[in-house]
Amino acid sequence: MLQYQDKIQAIAARLLKECKVDLVIGFRRGTVPMMNEPYVARTAEQTTNLIWDSHCGINLTNYLTDRKEKIGIVAKGCDSRNIVTHILENKIERDQLYIIGVPCQGMVDKRKIAQAVNGAVDQVIENGNEITIKGPAGDKTVTKADVLQNNCSLCKHRNPTIHDEMVAEPVAEQTDIDAYESVRAIEAMDIDAKRAYFEKLLEPCIRCYACRNACPLCYCPTCFVDEHRPQWVGKSTDPVDNMTFHFLRAYHCAGRCTDCGACERACPVGIKVRIFTKKLEKDCLELFGWEAGLSLDTRPPLDVYRPEDPDDFIK
Amino acid sequence: MGIEPGRLQFSWISSAESTKFVDVVNQVTDAIKALGPNRYLVKNQAKVA
Repeated sequence: MLQYQDKIQAIAARLLKECKVDLVIGFRRGTVPMMNEPYVARTAEQTTNLIWDSHCGINLTNYLTDRKEKIGIVAKGCDSRNIVTHILENKIERDQLYIIGVPCQGMVDKRKIAQAVNGAVDQVIENGNEITIKGPAGDKTVTKADVLQNNCSLCKHRNPTIHDEMVAEPVAEQTDIDAYESVRAIEAMDIDAKRAYFEKLLEPCIRCYACRNACPLCYCPTCFVDEHRPQWVGKSTDPVDNMTFHFLRAYHCAGRCTDCGACERACPVGIKVRIFTKKLEKDCLELFGWEAGLSLDTRPPLDVYRPEDPDDFIK
Repeated sequence: MGIEPGRLQFSWISSAESTKFVDVVNQVTDAIKALGPNRYLVKNQAKVA
């Protein structure tokens, strides 16, 4: 990881010195362990703040929407796919970007780390595939694969799909993973069980909209939940309002979601919100053979008509 | 997502197919009546004294 960091800093410093970009978006160390924050470097000196480790799970594409400058951006596999989606949706121009591609080996889940040491974490040290966690309750070493974010363990696109420069050789992609096991489990439920499942799943939701704010797809100037003329959905934490919000938000991400996990990572109450987008991702793959953000040359399925599009639901 | 099959229906009807429109509306109405009132995703209104 440290090699990545040096390379990222070097590339960023070079880009800013040569005035190829006005700013570089990356990560800097957060004030608490495991909480790296987005960082904008505007001078070559500032690039020394840029870091890279296994806590860079935030999706930086979120900070590109409608920007006018020339931007250097550090991008993992999922970030790059969201950048592609942003370009296709005219939220940024390809020419404005210099994409520093990072072959990703997965981001760790801060909840799993905290669980491993029963609560507080003072420091997390990475050494290859081993992660040492230091906390008041003692030290513990875990294998990185055991504490990965769920979306990272199911990821099939670790290497950036577009980039101008890579910080390292591409990593091997994961194969033989069943990404949709959780979705199939819900599909198999009967109606009552589904209702009960969703109600229980969303019961802790406090409607803080952290999932929406962390999501690079959610860039509408006024979100449907914030509109009040007409008011599409109640603002309370009524179970029906909660479900309406989560169902609708998921549908807005259909054919666009890259399963970057930013929503689930941001949720303060730990709701597995990815289950909704995962279902839509599965449908897009099965019905349209589509995975978001793989290429700039194909339009998304909800954007084009093809005679072979499935239409069995129309009577 | 927990909505009964049949409560949500899609049809493609041209503006020239008035009879099809009538048929579809009748069919949908009958099907929905058979299902009864929807209780799912309906918010209970606060009771006002």
